[in-house]
Amino acid sequence: MDEPQIYERLTEIFKDVFDEDSIHVTPELTANDVAGWDSLTHVRLIVTVQKAFKIKFTTSEVTKMAKVDDLVRLIKVRA
Amino acid sequence: MNSLYAELQWLPRAPQDFAQRLKAIGVSEEPLGLELQSLASHALDLNQLTKLAQTIDRSRAAGVSLQPLTPFRLAVLSNSTTDLVNPALIATAARHGIALEIIQPAYDQVAQEALTPNSKVNTSRPDAVLFSLDYRALPLKLSIGNPDAAAATVQGAIGFLLALRDGIKANSNAICIFQSFAPPVETLFGSYDRVLLGTLRSLIDGINHELAAFARTSGDIVLDVAGIAETVGLADWHDPQLWNLGKFAFADQFIPLYADHVARILAAIRGKSRKVLILDLDNTVWGGVIGDDGVEGIKVAQGDPTGEAHLAVQRLALQLRERGVVLAVSSKNTDEIARLPFEKHPEMLLKLSHIAVFQANWNDKATNIQAIADELSLGLDAMVFLDDNPAERGLVRQMLPQVAVPELPDEVALYARTLAAGGYYEAVSFTSEDLNRAGLYRDNASRADLQRQVGGVVAYLKSLDMTITFMPFDATGRARIVQLINKSNQFNLTTRRYTEPEISALENDAGIFTLQVRLSDIFGDNGMISVVICRPAGPDGWEIDTWLMSCRVLGRKVEQMVLREILAHAHAAGVTKLIGTYRATDRNELVVDHYAKLGFTELTAEQSGLTRWQMIVDGADPEHAPMTVISTGFAGVGRSIE
Repeated sequence: MDEPQIYERLTEIFKDVFDEDSIHVTPELTANDVAGWDSLTHVRLIVTVQKAFKIKFTTSEVTKMAKVDDLVRLIKVRA
Repeated sequence: MNSLYAELQWLPRAPQDFAQRLKAIGVSEEPLGLELQSLASHALDLNQLTKLAQTIDRSRAAGVSLQPLTPFRLAVLSNSTTDLVNPALIATAARHGIALEIIQPAYDQVAQEALTPNSKVNTSRPDAVLFSLDYRALPLKLSIGNPDAAAATVQGAIGFLLALRDGIKANSNAICIFQSFAPPVETLFGSYDRVLLGTLRSLIDGINHELAAFARTSGDIVLDVAGIAETVGLADWHDPQLWNLGKFAFADQFIPLYADHVARILAAIRGKSRKVLILDLDNTVWGGVIGDDGVEGIKVAQGDPTGEAHLAVQRLALQLRERGVVLAVSSKNTDEIARLPFEKHPEMLLKLSHIAVFQANWNDKATNIQAIADELSLGLDAMVFLDDNPAERGLVRQMLPQVAVPELPDEVALYARTLAAGGYYEAVSFTSEDLNRAGLYRDNASRADLQRQVGGVVAYLKSLDMTITFMPFDATGRARIVQLINKSNQFNLTTRRYTEPEISALENDAGIFTLQVRLSDIFGDNGMISVVICRPAGPDGWEIDTWLMSCRVLGRKVEQMVLREILAHAHAAGVTKLIGTYRATDRNELVVDHYAKLGFTELTAEQSGLTRWQMIVDGADPEHAPMTVISTGFAGVGRSIE
């Protein structure tokens, strides 16, 4: 799966998880930039991404994830 | 992984525009309960449930009435993170007719909250407290191979749970809902863990056993989480990574299932469990179509895989009846024919005496189900309707949204399991009255009056988005045409059988008019559903030699559309009159009035039951049903009209 496709799919997922249609998913986006992106919503985001891309992140990958770019790079390798 | 449970496959899929429909629910003067319940009654994933819960919370905060949902205040005490579960509970409760409000104290404050009189939970006066605890909450000390220490550990765990209960009972007197404990998958010895006292598996077995024994006498409620986890698989249920990351007691994929089980219990506490199972017959209670296949032809015997699958449905229905669920039948059939298997087939488990209300007729099923509810003096929200046919399920869901209509998979072997998985008859107690109930209803009920029609059938037909396709006989359709001609008994005006060579000969006979008819709708392609053969009768007439139709599409106004097609071709051929014949057999009473209903004039009636009818082509204009018409392959130009 190439990067534009991943971003397209991630945008749908972010809209769904954060219930916010205007969200714009960019590589540098972090939890600080999105209202409601707390630790619990982070887990909900991660499980939704895992389900959508049929992949599983390791514990250290989940805890080290700082911005969207980290997420995309992992998806690129796995999906 | 088996997806029946995790994906709530007994529920219809969520509509594409689910999110938009949620957003459209604004602040309203009207109570929102029914709309929220209808949205909740789909198989929703965690994100959809979360959004629905936000809508419910928002509506409640704005002071909008959630009627007719029944209010329920539930305190959740847990040793795990329930922040993702709670919204799912609120949304799922709406599915079961409950407007749920959750009281949630700080994380992992179970004992403090239960035991302190002025705690958040005790002062907020909940209707019930859910002890959403997993094995990690218990004071469990491995005591391998030491029976005394093992017994003490089990008693210690039970003592802990009872202390929590006593605290709640003394301080707020709420109903207490405990959970059985799902054992972890990791063993120390392997199989021997089950045998040896003091292993984790053995301890948890003991605790679950003691907890159930206590609840049996105390009246407290047990949510069987161990049973749910075993059903979906312990290895999938327990996700160590999610526990470490966020203290989730079980895998997120099962949150919708867990929430449904909690909501069933709350609904049962409020007396909202369903009470009636309404069964379709053909291809649900038995395999095949009784009107076509006869008592000898239907599949309902041991030794036949399809028959055994249908017997499993019967067995489950019978067992439900024994625990107090009332059974009824709604079938599109002639009454006497539908009763034959019950009376004559030796392997039928269900007997007529088990059925409180037996509705076999040709009305639409929504009308029949309303009649059953009236006859039993029970609400539609007490009904579950089991039918293999997606079109019938769709009609009942659309016209009677209060009736629960489980989705059924293609695999007939899974019918019984899917019905059971829906949890429609959840109970929190069992009394001797339950044992007798089914019989009581049977005594009181007689055959219901069916004349009253539930409105809106035309609107429903329109929503089916049907396309009807007319073609003359051809080589491609030949095998199916021959099959229909030799198999159809009920909707068959003359029951004339023809061989394949005979049909083949008709394909190239310019003097004979033939029709093969196909129908598709939003549920898919029904394939070829009707066959017509017309022969010349006199200089300017057509005799309808054969007219048959699959009963699957009864009530769709297909007959009217077929007649319109015949008339169009007759007109083009210079034919001025159509002659129809009804030849009575012991199977085709269904169509005794076929020609009368279509506006033909009766010519003759013989002793044998044979009647002859005529329609003048010029000026004939049978009812136009809402479907797209495609007419193709006929001599001359193909046409397509709306």
